[in-house]
Amino acid sequence: MTASEQVPDEITLKGIPASPGIAIGPAFVFHKDGPVVQERSIADQDVEKELKRLAEALAHARKELAKIVEFAEKKLGAKQAKIFEAELMILEDSVLFEAIRKRVRTELKNVEFVVREEIGKYHALMQTSKDEYTRERANDVEDVQNRILRNLQEGRLVSKIDGSHIIVSKNLAAADALILSRNDVLGYVTEIGGSTSHMVLLARALNIPAIVGLHEISTVVHKGDTVILDGYSGVFVINPSRDTRKKFEEKREGHKEFEGNLATLRDLPAETLDGHKVQLSANVELQEELGFVKRQGADGIGLFRSETLLLGKEVFPSEEDQYKTYKAIAEGVHPKRVIIRTFDIGGDKLMAQAVRENNPFLGWRGIRVMLDMPNIFLDQLRAILRASVKKNVSIMFPMVSSLKEVRKAKELLERAKKRLTDKKMSFDSEIEVGVMIEVPAAAVIAEDLAHEVSFLSIGTNDLIQYLLAVDRGNEIVSNLYQEFHPAVIRFLRRIIERGKGEKVWVGMCGEMAGDPLATMLLLGLGLDEFSVVPHMLPEIKKIIRSVHYSEAKHLAKKVLNMETEDEIEGYMKKVMKSKFPDIPLE
Amino acid sequence: MIQEEVTIKNRAGMHTRPAAALVKLAAKFKAEFYIEKDGLEINGKSIIGVMTLAAEQGSKLRLRFEGEDEMLARNEIVGLIDRGFDE
Repeated sequence: MTASEQVPDEITLKGIPASPGIAIGPAFVFHKDGPVVQERSIADQDVEKELKRLAEALAHARKELAKIVEFAEKKLGAKQAKIFEAELMILEDSVLFEAIRKRVRTELKNVEFVVREEIGKYHALMQTSKDEYTRERANDVEDVQNRILRNLQEGRLVSKIDGSHIIVSKNLAAADALILSRNDVLGYVTEIGGSTSHMVLLARALNIPAIVGLHEISTVVHKGDTVILDGYSGVFVINPSRDTRKKFEEKREGHKEFEGNLATLRDLPAETLDGHKVQLSANVELQEELGFVKRQGADGIGLFRSETLLLGKEVFPSEEDQYKTYKAIAEGVHPKRVIIRTFDIGGDKLMAQAVRENNPFLGWRGIRVMLDMPNIFLDQLRAILRASVKKNVSIMFPMVSSLKEVRKAKELLERAKKRLTDKKMSFDSEIEVGVMIEVPAAAVIAEDLAHEVSFLSIGTNDLIQYLLAVDRGNEIVSNLYQEFHPAVIRFLRRIIERGKGEKVWVGMCGEMAGDPLATMLLLGLGLDEFSVVPHMLPEIKKIIRSVHYSEAKHLAKKVLNMETEDEIEGYMKKVMKSKFPDIPLE
Repeated sequence: MIQEEVTIKNRAGMHTRPAAALVKLAAKFKAEFYIEKDGLEINGKSIIGVMTLAAEQGSKLRLRFEGEDEMLARNEIVGLIDRGFDE
């Protein structure tokens, strides 16, 4: 065998499974330059192409900024809008850009490099100025530079990928993922990123397999390498042998069959053998998911994450734009219900303004941000109300931690209603309002919150992190994030009991609701609604339909007396394995 | 070619607003227009350049005009600066 015929070695790696499915195909390694700009020499004949790229990037950058300024003027006041004045002017500085163009022509270097060099020159001078005002302007100059560089990069990116590929990258921001999703992507693999990052949620929504936490992978794989991505187990194979490939193709077929069998459950209710019925709904991010959600037999949408409307955008969409999306979703699932959660974002997402918090997780997030920005909140509330005309929309507030917050939010809702009434626009005057229980304080005062709302929805992802003091994205301690920690189970019991005691229904939209291992327990604790990732609907329904409510209650009672997570998890596994031997429990 | 020295009069110095006014005015003329301060010379028709000057109140700028309408440019620009940018 000559050197050119040598078969490359098969390499098997394991990461964190993030989105299910098996993909087999060529890899595309995506290197985002980020703040690191590479210097490249270009040929004479490529100069015009480079200058064209610059012109396009500038046009985009100007448009972007114009939108931001417009938004700032309308929503945050003229004073806030002024902070972008300097950037706007720099983008129109003809002397600056003529100098840049000249340098590209004479030095024959790529335009990113010249932009960074030329603008960087001014930035450096300003940064070292004795005048404080000028030092602050240095930030504006840096922003402009980055805005131009980003637009240059995005211009290059979208055209690059042809054919179907598995994307491999160090990290993928949600905006990148959205851009990439317009190409034909078979799967995603990233080096870092927790399994609840936005990229992952998107991958699940688009039904694309994904793996995260595969360290150094973008240096090991090369463009064009054949790879296998197993999103169920987190296994990633580079240059698979024929046998390995066959093994995974069979596994893929097996899953398809299993899922096909589950499809027969679609129109059957989520009801136990002894007649106890629950709502089995879907967690949804994108309008594009609706078709899949309906095919999977959801009873409705238990959580619509409205912040996905903000992806890849620097300003909040207008009331009108939001209304269009909410209306499409409400009509898409009618007569079933959709629960729209108001924007659940960190303060740093607001206007790309650098709100630097040391501990954003315990900071300005969720309902807190919206209550501090009533103009933006009112836009959203009006848009949701307008979409509620067919009476199948409910509203949910995230990260609530006090009664005061809920009352303030409801007050704003009333203001929104009044404004619509004044404008003779119709809406569901009896629209149901609920809150997410994810901050431990909310769980402790659940009965009081229940007096103010119609339902509670448990957000286990954050609740467990706050309760156990564990950052799930922190690889060192992520194994301490335990759904079956006794404290979690007791908290759940408390929330459900207190909520139902006050005659409100209690649902769960956190990941735990979609964990087959937890289904019987949650049933037995009295959970009224399971809202899960659409992919898991049939499986969870199958479990519910195969057990008795009485046995679920009995199981819950036993678990509540156990003292350690190992005991609880072990017991759950034992029960599930004996009742459902063919359900894969990873 | 005309050279002239001016002093920045207004309290806040040459912040964004006056810098923009200056650049806008300079653009009207065919003559080239350069500003020098503490050994750094920038093109007076470039906003990013003018911002870099960090000209606070009392700072001395050396202006240079070169071109067919240099006299007119000098009169109007020096006038604007001497009036404290009409602030």
